[in-house]
Amino acid sequence: MLRDITIGQYFPGESIIHRLDPRFKIVITLIYIVMLFTGSTPLCLCIGALYTFIAIALSRVPLKLFWKSVRPLLPFLVITAVINILIVRSGDVIWSWKFLKITEDGVNISAYMIVRISLLVMGTSILTYTTSPVTLTDAIERLLSPLKKLHFPVHELAMMMTIALRFIPTLIEETDKIISAQKARGAEIDTGSFIARAKSLISVLVPLFVSAFRRADELATAMECRCYHGGAGRTRLRQMKSAPRDYIALLITAGFLAAVIYLK
Amino acid sequence: MPILETQELTYTYSRGTPFEATAVDHVSLSINEGEMIGVMGHTGSGKSTLIQHFNGLLQPTSGKVLLDGRDIWADKKKIREVRFQVGLVFQYPEYQIFEETVFRDIAFGPKNMGLDEAEIKRRVLETANDIGFPEELMERSPFELSGGQKRRVAIAGVMAMEPKVLILDEPTAGLDPAGRDLILGQIKAYHRRTRNTILIVSHSMEDIATFADRILVMNKGSLFCFDEPERVFARADEIARIGLDVPQVTRIFMELKRRGLDLGKEVYTVDYAKELVLRRLRERGAAAPC
Repeated sequence: MLRDITIGQYFPGESIIHRLDPRFKIVITLIYIVMLFTGSTPLCLCIGALYTFIAIALSRVPLKLFWKSVRPLLPFLVITAVINILIVRSGDVIWSWKFLKITEDGVNISAYMIVRISLLVMGTSILTYTTSPVTLTDAIERLLSPLKKLHFPVHELAMMMTIALRFIPTLIEETDKIISAQKARGAEIDTGSFIARAKSLISVLVPLFVSAFRRADELATAMECRCYHGGAGRTRLRQMKSAPRDYIALLITAGFLAAVIYLK
Repeated sequence: MPILETQELTYTYSRGTPFEATAVDHVSLSINEGEMIGVMGHTGSGKSTLIQHFNGLLQPTSGKVLLDGRDIWADKKKIREVRFQVGLVFQYPEYQIFEETVFRDIAFGPKNMGLDEAEIKRRVLETANDIGFPEELMERSPFELSGGQKRRVAIAGVMAMEPKVLILDEPTAGLDPAGRDLILGQIKAYHRRTRNTILIVSHSMEDIATFADRILVMNKGSLFCFDEPERVFARADEIARIGLDVPQVTRIFMELKRRGLDLGKEVYTVDYAKELVLRRLRERGAAAPC
């Protein structure tokens, strides 16, 4: 059951989007978000949608996966849309009943919000689907590196993120194993009353914490054995080099943003 | 009389996805009461998946698992009962320890069975005796123990449930020879006391050869063979081809046979080899004293 959790959601591939410099991908995603939220006419949103679907097509990631990333948000979207419709009071009244009033503005705002959030989730999913989590944190570290001058611990932060991401699958696997082992000793983890289940959770959590601390200890030792002492002067296995295609992608995105601003 | 049987047992992982894989493929076997069985197989041969079917942790995709002649999945609600009758010790079981004292950790299984205090105490102390754990250690925190001691406590935790069938997945993995002998001794002591059926998964042919009444060999999800050690190790060539090995001493005697010294039987333990060699020497001594 735990195996179904996918965090990081990397979908390996060789498409043009996969090969873009991750630093550019992050910047492009930021521009994309600005683009979605500056446009306030239907045409602007259409441009945003066009951009999203071209990018999805280029990434060669199955469309199904994008639907999977939007689906969990649907209840949240519907609830906010309903609240928006009922709360916004400006504009022409379309329909009213007792104290409830639905206005044109309310409908518009709700519709924009649904489209925007869906596009936002799909667009940012392109980033996480086409970039491995470790590369992503690497790129974040590079982008934030100017902050080092202000004594902000950029490298430490990135290292923590990398380690955390790296250990998610390991810990999930570990949890699976411990659950099986305790079930074999008769623990009521997926059967029994609520209280019995809560009690048997202790038999899973204690070993899990013990093993997480043990792993942390081992990892720290292994890092020290390799003379790890923070980011200063450290070279990298994978150098990030920007290619012409990165600048072209950036320019195209900037062009879309300009179009949206112009049409606003 | 068979205590545990499988009929055409098949298990497929991740059905309906691109990662679909059949881990166990139409396996039918029958295990008798009181037997000591060694389970061998290359990594990924399906042996771990197979043993997780014996206590109902996995449900077969098709086929049946019978315990005492009854299908364990006939009543889904009773599956917990099955786990009390078929005890499973996973690899590196010391990582499942969680209680505050050794006593309470060993008592976790028996307590889940709903036994009364006196019976729990009897079982815990008896298994503690099997594993050679002095009583004064029983009130210590299990996290203060050494790795080998933790392993023995974890195994005792399953033994204390006194399951009719005890399954151990590589109980000696990662231990030094002394620790390995202690654990195997502990398992033998338990077997002597309870006469219950025991299955041990192991990569060490030497270990398997010394304790097993029969050996079960898995290969690529299918049952390769399930027979007495002599017959299994007689097929050394085939066993080597599926990536497993026969005991060192068996290899030596096969080579001797190839070179013309035939001692007549398949040899798979050092003790037996010694006996055969001495007997041959005596015969020769009687025939031609020199």
